[in-house]
Amino acid sequence: MSGGRGNPWLISGFLLVVFLLAWHFFTLRAAFDPRGLTEDQLQMMEFNGDIDRTADGGYVWNPEKEKVKGVPGPLAVLDKARIELGEAFVKKGTNDHGIAYLVLYTVSRFAAGFLAASVVAIMLGVLLGLNKVLFRAVNPYIQILKPISPLAWMPLLLYTVKDPKWTAVLVVFMAALWPTLATTAFGVNSLRKDYLHVAAILQLSWFKRLYKVILPGAAPTIVNGLRISFGSALVAVVPAEMLLGELGVGYLSWIEWNNLDISGVIFAILVVGVVGVILDSGFNKLAGLVTYQE
Amino acid sequence: MAFLEIDHVSKYFPSHTGDGQVCIFKDVTIKIDKGEFVTTIGHSGCGKTTLLNIIAGLETMSEGGIILSGKEVSGPGLDRMVVFQTFSLMPWMTVFQNIRLAVKAAYPDWDREKIATHVHKYVDLVGLKGSETKRPTALSGGMKQRVGLARAFSIEPKVLLLDEPFAQIDALTRGVIQEELIQMWNTTRNTVFMVTHDVDEAILLSDRIMLMTNGPSARIAEIVDVTIPRPRSRETVIEHPHYYKIRNHIIHFLVRHAKHGTGGDGGPPDQPVSEAPLEVNFERDSLMLR
Repeated sequence: MSGGRGNPWLISGFLLVVFLLAWHFFTLRAAFDPRGLTEDQLQMMEFNGDIDRTADGGYVWNPEKEKVKGVPGPLAVLDKARIELGEAFVKKGTNDHGIAYLVLYTVSRFAAGFLAASVVAIMLGVLLGLNKVLFRAVNPYIQILKPISPLAWMPLLLYTVKDPKWTAVLVVFMAALWPTLATTAFGVNSLRKDYLHVAAILQLSWFKRLYKVILPGAAPTIVNGLRISFGSALVAVVPAEMLLGELGVGYLSWIEWNNLDISGVIFAILVVGVVGVILDSGFNKLAGLVTYQE
Repeated sequence: MAFLEIDHVSKYFPSHTGDGQVCIFKDVTIKIDKGEFVTTIGHSGCGKTTLLNIIAGLETMSEGGIILSGKEVSGPGLDRMVVFQTFSLMPWMTVFQNIRLAVKAAYPDWDREKIATHVHKYVDLVGLKGSETKRPTALSGGMKQRVGLARAFSIEPKVLLLDEPFAQIDALTRGVIQEELIQMWNTTRNTVFMVTHDVDEAILLSDRIMLMTNGPSARIAEIVDVTIPRPRSRETVIEHPHYYKIRNHIIHFLVRHAKHGTGGDGGPPDQPVSEAPLEVNFERDSLMLR
């Protein structure tokens, strides 16, 4: 790469400022200007809910109606965020939990589906990686099942498990299963034969062979699969919540849309992004522990 | 009775064209005494590594058998440890963990402390003290193979199998490690079966050198006694009057077989090649000439 000078953080900050300013100015609406309007017209507008009369006798745009006029600016979103974060731990009703609870629901739903899928995928993957015949027998089915969007399973899952909570977890499971399964089978299959030879000479038991040689040997490849699964599970959890109406950050985005609170939608999108980044960096830390250099 | 007997071992692979089989080598028969160091030399593709893997139990033979101290062996086992050309150290384990994996497997009853002491003993033996916590990536090729040797010696196998152990190590380091190997072997006197391309290495280390013809249908054509007394070192062996006789003899053999391609008649696999290998001994030959 050419041109390595400059502080990347500075550039990041600059880009953010440029973006926020552009967002602010493009979504800016002038304050309500009553000049040139007759008292009748103003009364009609107030009656329609377009404007509010202030205490000092002036008029402003009705803030409730403003919410659905155009795209809200960064200040409106910030305001919304302040309110939401302020009541992060408040439960106002069965379907109105604070953002901290929503994040917790989404993360636990994601974690349950992803972990279960990882365990199943790694076990199956090892089995297929060690047995070429079995792999070739099962591979066509994997190829057919792999490209199916995890959301496509939802109606069937909902019908069979009859519980939206578990359906959401299973959608995440389906999203996270295939990449790890395919890469684990590949990683185990392409493990250097030398390592298995050493294990064979040392007469390691089946179990020791697995956790001392095969799993650590294939770990870098398995982690790559887990990373892809992780991303696709994270992508699947949001629409699953939306469609199933299960409380979570995906649900938040949808419910704010139903409320026609666009600031709320944007806030929910940002929360999804932040949650994703935090989970991802946690994952990378764990991944660093099991990879090795050849 | 010989300690390690390789009895009429043949190996066939299915041929590329799919019809019939290709004979890699045929009727290899060797008797190796306890504590003997035997080396096989041959061109690439003559099947010498396959032969070593068969002895190790990592590959199957098509015909014949391997008898170790009176018992036929099948499959790999702790009594026949291999030192691999590619080192075969687990890259996710430290030097210490790599050797410990082997020691633990060989001595399952030992407690933690005894295992650690044993591992340290062999780490010291190959001069890697202080590198116990390093991973193989952090080591040079020579150091990696020192770990490989330590791992192999640490389980005190009945037979050590060295598969071109120094082929991937630079020439200067190779000489140093060869001498280290001599020293280790002098203290343990393991039975060793080695395959190599390196004639000097073979003479320095071996009691007997088996010369293999080129495949397909390779066979052991000659067995050369290395009539140079031990202890040997790189400096002293070349002074010995037999050194160049042996060396030239082997090189002539290898060049002759390189020119002729197959070396033998390369006939169909089912045609028996039953000539006994020619035994070459310069000591005896010179006595006879006198």
